[in-house]
Amino acid sequence: MSNPAEPASAADREAERELAQGRVVLDAAGIQRATTRIAHEILERQPDVSDLVIVAIVRGGEPVAKLVAAQLEQLSERKIPQGALDITLYRDDVVARGVRPMPRPTRMPCSVDGKRVVLVDDVMFTGRTIRAAMDAVLDFGRPAAIQVATLVDRGHRELPIKVDFVGKNIPTARAERVVLRKRADGELEVAIV
Amino acid sequence: MRHLLGIEHMSRDEIERVLETSEAMLEISQREIKRVPTLRGRTVINVFLESSTRTRVSFEIAAKRLSADAINVTRAGSSLSKAETLADMARNLAAMSADVLVVRDSVAGVPHMLAERVRVPVVNAGDGCHEHPTQALLDAFTLRQSLGSLEGRVVAIVGDISHSRVARSDIYCFTKLGAEVRVAAPPTMMPAGIEALGVKPCFSMKEALSGADVVVMLRIQQERVAGSLFPSVREYASTFGLNARTLALAKPDAIVLHPGPINRGVEIASDVADAEPSRILDQVTNGVAVRMAVLYLLTGGAA
Amino acid sequence: MSRLRISGARLLDPASGRDELGSLDVEDGRIVSVGRDAGGGAPDEVLEARGLWLAPGLVDLHTHLREPGQEYKEDIESGTRAAAAGGYTLVCCMANTDPVNDSPAVTEYIQRRARESGNVRVRVIAAATQGLRGEIMSEMASLATAGAIAFSDDGAVIMDAAVMRRVLEYARGIGRPVIAHCEDLNLRGSGVVHEGAHATCCGLPSSPGEAETVMVARDLELARLTGAHLHVAHVSAARSVELIREAKAAGVRVTAEVTPHHLLLTDEEIRGYDTNKKMAPPLRSARDREALRHGLADGTLDCIATDHAPHAHYEKDVEFTAAPFGVVGLETALSVGLELVREDLLSPLSLMDRMSTRPARAFGVGGGTLEPGAPADFVLIDPERGFKVDAAGLASRSKNSAFLGKELRGRAIRTWVGGRVAFALDEELVR
Repeated sequence: MSNPAEPASAADREAERELAQGRVVLDAAGIQRATTRIAHEILERQPDVSDLVIVAIVRGGEPVAKLVAAQLEQLSERKIPQGALDITLYRDDVVARGVRPMPRPTRMPCSVDGKRVVLVDDVMFTGRTIRAAMDAVLDFGRPAAIQVATLVDRGHRELPIKVDFVGKNIPTARAERVVLRKRADGELEVAIV
Repeated sequence: MRHLLGIEHMSRDEIERVLETSEAMLEISQREIKRVPTLRGRTVINVFLESSTRTRVSFEIAAKRLSADAINVTRAGSSLSKAETLADMARNLAAMSADVLVVRDSVAGVPHMLAERVRVPVVNAGDGCHEHPTQALLDAFTLRQSLGSLEGRVVAIVGDISHSRVARSDIYCFTKLGAEVRVAAPPTMMPAGIEALGVKPCFSMKEALSGADVVVMLRIQQERVAGSLFPSVREYASTFGLNARTLALAKPDAIVLHPGPINRGVEIASDVADAEPSRILDQVTNGVAVRMAVLYLLTGGAA
Repeated sequence: MSRLRISGARLLDPASGRDELGSLDVEDGRIVSVGRDAGGGAPDEVLEARGLWLAPGLVDLHTHLREPGQEYKEDIESGTRAAAAGGYTLVCCMANTDPVNDSPAVTEYIQRRARESGNVRVRVIAAATQGLRGEIMSEMASLATAGAIAFSDDGAVIMDAAVMRRVLEYARGIGRPVIAHCEDLNLRGSGVVHEGAHATCCGLPSSPGEAETVMVARDLELARLTGAHLHVAHVSAARSVELIREAKAAGVRVTAEVTPHHLLLTDEEIRGYDTNKKMAPPLRSARDREALRHGLADGTLDCIATDHAPHAHYEKDVEFTAAPFGVVGLETALSVGLELVREDLLSPLSLMDRMSTRPARAFGVGGGTLEPGAPADFVLIDPERGFKVDAAGLASRSKNSAFLGKELRGRAIRTWVGGRVAFALDEELVR
């Protein structure tokens, strides 16, 4: 998701162009409904949230995790620990364009030993991001379980990664791009560009 | 950025990029498992032809935290002692598919020379009296932690400027980040034409430290002092040493840096080295993070 | 006996002050006529040289031919071949060979090898002190008898003033000049470049112009004291030029030389750590270069001398402080001189004076003139001919030129020594 606070790069300029294009598949209301459903499903799976940790994949998963965690806190009437996991240094893909992506610090709110870690991302695609995220989480300790929640699942898995909680399944062509973005008016939406 | 040979030709953007990347690297160093798989399968060769334990260990730790293999080559154990030329040794190292060469030598220009001859990224870990870029970067990173931006800040660098590669790299780095830099030394240790680097040469602690936000103390090499550049260690300590009295010349909340290793009682008083304004140990911690950032950025795909 | 005429060229003869279009006739190894009107007698061969300059062959007072002992860098054959390619017809070779030329045997050896394999005339400079150690005088009388035309410890320095005084006195008695490499080794210390902002930025150990000037001052005083002929080698600092000017005005018997690289380049060149910019004395500041140029123009500095110092590639391809000092220069000197003409510092005639007539006279080695009866040592110059300096194009065995990769303009295209063609750039005379 493009962040307006950062200096414009070629990628950002392209993102600006994309804003004007693309087919919206999930609007703000739809996102709200989807994250609410995800929260419910997480509670259904295990009503006891005392060992739950929500870990957002930096940066796409952060707004989704925020919404899901807010819902969970409301439903369970408990504070849910939230972390942000940067997987840049765990990626397995060859660097495109030769320029290294900027890694950001990871914030883990607590130890993950014995915890139920729910990784939250915006778009599930090949599965490589989640694989890298699992490697990272396992470097932090020994969770009791790792589960995956994603706002959108667009298919085309390349690794045997399953999603536990999906907001919406959206079939796509491989060449298409699916993005979670913030509109000019501040509302979130998911679009295919 | 293909090589890191010095700060002189780095842009402000490139410097900022390294500093920003170092944030994430510092966080890794604070985890229990201080390791990420990013440079798995890559080989970093530390070619330390001038002896150094601290910097070499720092680079070694940095490489290993990124899961790279770190190999150390020193002069005594190397083929150079058998009269192989430096250029030939470098070509041999590159032929072994090294991914990065980290080079330290007592002669200026050696990393530059190697970078022209090998197709592998070269990191300058200190070349003669020329530059020590990772030191300047970690110094800037350390200052940021305490001061935020360096814009408009006053930095005083004190010591044998003419023989200091740290001084030169610090000067380039801090001025590019917007600071006003002063250098202080007795005249015998002030290099000709230093003003060309955009700094004000001072010949007393008073002149240099008044209103300074940061004081960087450089290590005095005792061999240089005794007799030739300066009459005695005692006189140096009393005129250019940092102690409670001279530190008071700077701003009340001034920070103290030192590239290490420190000569207690010579350029820096023992109590000052251990007091609150000193960030000397932070420098060491940050050094690993900054070197991790440099190794990460230089080993990207085809640049 | 066949007569060759070169016609239509711009004749430049500093010895007679001649600067005019005309022709020059050569027969039997000598110049038989020169001037605007073609000489009497029909020539057997005529070379049309319109657009070219014809000048006396260049004379270099400072070359290192490296033979005996260091033939891997250069030898008399390759070094004189390089000289001819640069328009030189006479070079004086320094004594820091291996063994050092401090004995008649080595002097005779060099002269014999020059007769056998030299492409231009070679004159021998013998050591001023034994082994170049700066302690005991060499056998100057015997060396002079063997053929030495001057004495010098170049390659080393006579640090002891008492020794230098005796050397000058004794040499005066022999009637030969002493060439001084003026450098105070203590002031120089470990310096490898000129002290200044560039050295500071590069972090290289440096030494100031004063390292040269204090010795120039010393040697000028000693020359005044002894009445000897002192020749100051490779002057590099502004203050040195001033001192020499004052000494000349006061009647001291001093001559001086300056290298092409010091006339063209400054210490800015060391920024890339290129060891082909490392020599002693080092390249100095723009201010020093200005003073050298004016010194050459007003005659304080008598001549351009190359200090041609070949070193093998692998010797120079090392850390900057470890590389040997010195650059080759025979093949690029004239081009640099022509650059000074283009910048209006010297007239073409003055340039030839500084590169041929004056050096020849300073050491009394003959040459430097186009007068009838003189040996046919001359050079055809194309002042516009461009060329890129590269290893493949250099005749010298070593390629350590300070101008590698540079495009230069103007060069010798044919050189005659004693009426024989010693160098021809092209088969046919191409303009």
